[in-house]
Amino acid sequence: MSEVYDIIIIGGGPGGLSAGIYGSRSRLKTAILQKGKPGGQAARTEDLENYPGFSRGTTGPALMEAMEEHARSFGTEILSEEVVDLDLEGKIKLIKTKSGHEYQSRTVILAPGAVPKSLEIKGEIPLRGKGVSYCATCDADFFEELDVVVVGNGDAAVEEAIYLTKFAETVTIIVRREEGDLRCNKTSAERAFSNPKIKWVWNSVLKEIKGNGLVDSVVIRNLKTGELSVMKTNGVFFFVGTVPKTEMLKGKVDLNNQGYIITNDLMETSVSGVYAAGDARVKFLRQVVTAASDGAIASVAAEKYLAEEEKLKKSS
Amino acid sequence: MLALTKENFEEEVIKTDGLIMVDFWNEKCEPCKALLPSVHELAEKYQGKAKFCSLDTNGNKRLAMAQKVLGLPAILFYQNGEIVAELTNEISIEDVEAKLLELAS
Repeated sequence: MSEVYDIIIIGGGPGGLSAGIYGSRSRLKTAILQKGKPGGQAARTEDLENYPGFSRGTTGPALMEAMEEHARSFGTEILSEEVVDLDLEGKIKLIKTKSGHEYQSRTVILAPGAVPKSLEIKGEIPLRGKGVSYCATCDADFFEELDVVVVGNGDAAVEEAIYLTKFAETVTIIVRREEGDLRCNKTSAERAFSNPKIKWVWNSVLKEIKGNGLVDSVVIRNLKTGELSVMKTNGVFFFVGTVPKTEMLKGKVDLNNQGYIITNDLMETSVSGVYAAGDARVKFLRQVVTAASDGAIASVAAEKYLAEEEKLKKSS
Repeated sequence: MLALTKENFEEEVIKTDGLIMVDFWNEKCEPCKALLPSVHELAEKYQGKAKFCSLDTNGNKRLAMAQKVLGLPAILFYQNGEIVAELTNEISIEDVEAKLLELAS
């Protein structure tokens, strides 16, 4: 029989890494199962200036590498494994991975994170990697001296648009809302409004992406007039929110109707001994700092649960 | 795996017969770096079935764009100098393996 972990964390973004730090620092046998490199979405965000204590001068990937190193330093095992199935009902939780391993753990922290949402408008899927992108840090430098369009107006959209101006000739942001009304934070909005490379198309949505082999234009629909217009562009970046990676958890823990994991203040899910952290959870604010906070709470709650279980075992 | 550049691409890929797999990546692309170790394992496992190459788009951007690669990660398969298949966006190593086996058979 393989050894039993105290805490197994599924997902190596900031929520999972923070849970790892707290778990292993409490001398609990802690592992993070993560497909590929840890860091989550934050590792794909170049400019990250709202994590407390790190303003300019750090990047998403650098901060995530530091968190990974931090977790390892206390003894967290970070295993490159893709989870394919879970059995969370028993006292010992079972986690199956694609490589064929089955892990056992007394508690589980679910931190699977989220992925960029796709709008699936005409042309979006066939032109992925051909000008359609969801990752500015990955693809920005292809667009040096070219024109790009950004769809969305939340923090990610506006901040990544600003990042893109370091490369692209023009960055046109397409916004559903009325002129001047952005969903993102005020600092980023002001910065974007004063950036000469950023142009705006208000009250509008993207209708279609066109191109033969590579993106060459987009069709924009004005929501007020219904009018369609064609704009030449070389790239389209989507930042229209995310969807939680919780497909596998359906029927195992309670999810809301958008698929986010429901927890209480202790990060407890509907299943005893199972916790959740980060963007995949129902919450008000999805940021690196709140994911890290969730991870800390989940680990400490798991530790308390383990202590209670131990006490029960002794008294019985 | 052979590291390609704009200097050797023509010789090593376009003018070379047989099946060639090219992994486009760069240092800033986290999903690419996450994929890279398993691509190396794949290259090891199927040694002889195809020629395995990587191309750092940093410094070779125009070359990548000429291959119609405008987003990372991207894995392209060439046969006798022509692109015969490509994988982009969320790439899983299983997809790469399946495509490789399909083309190598």
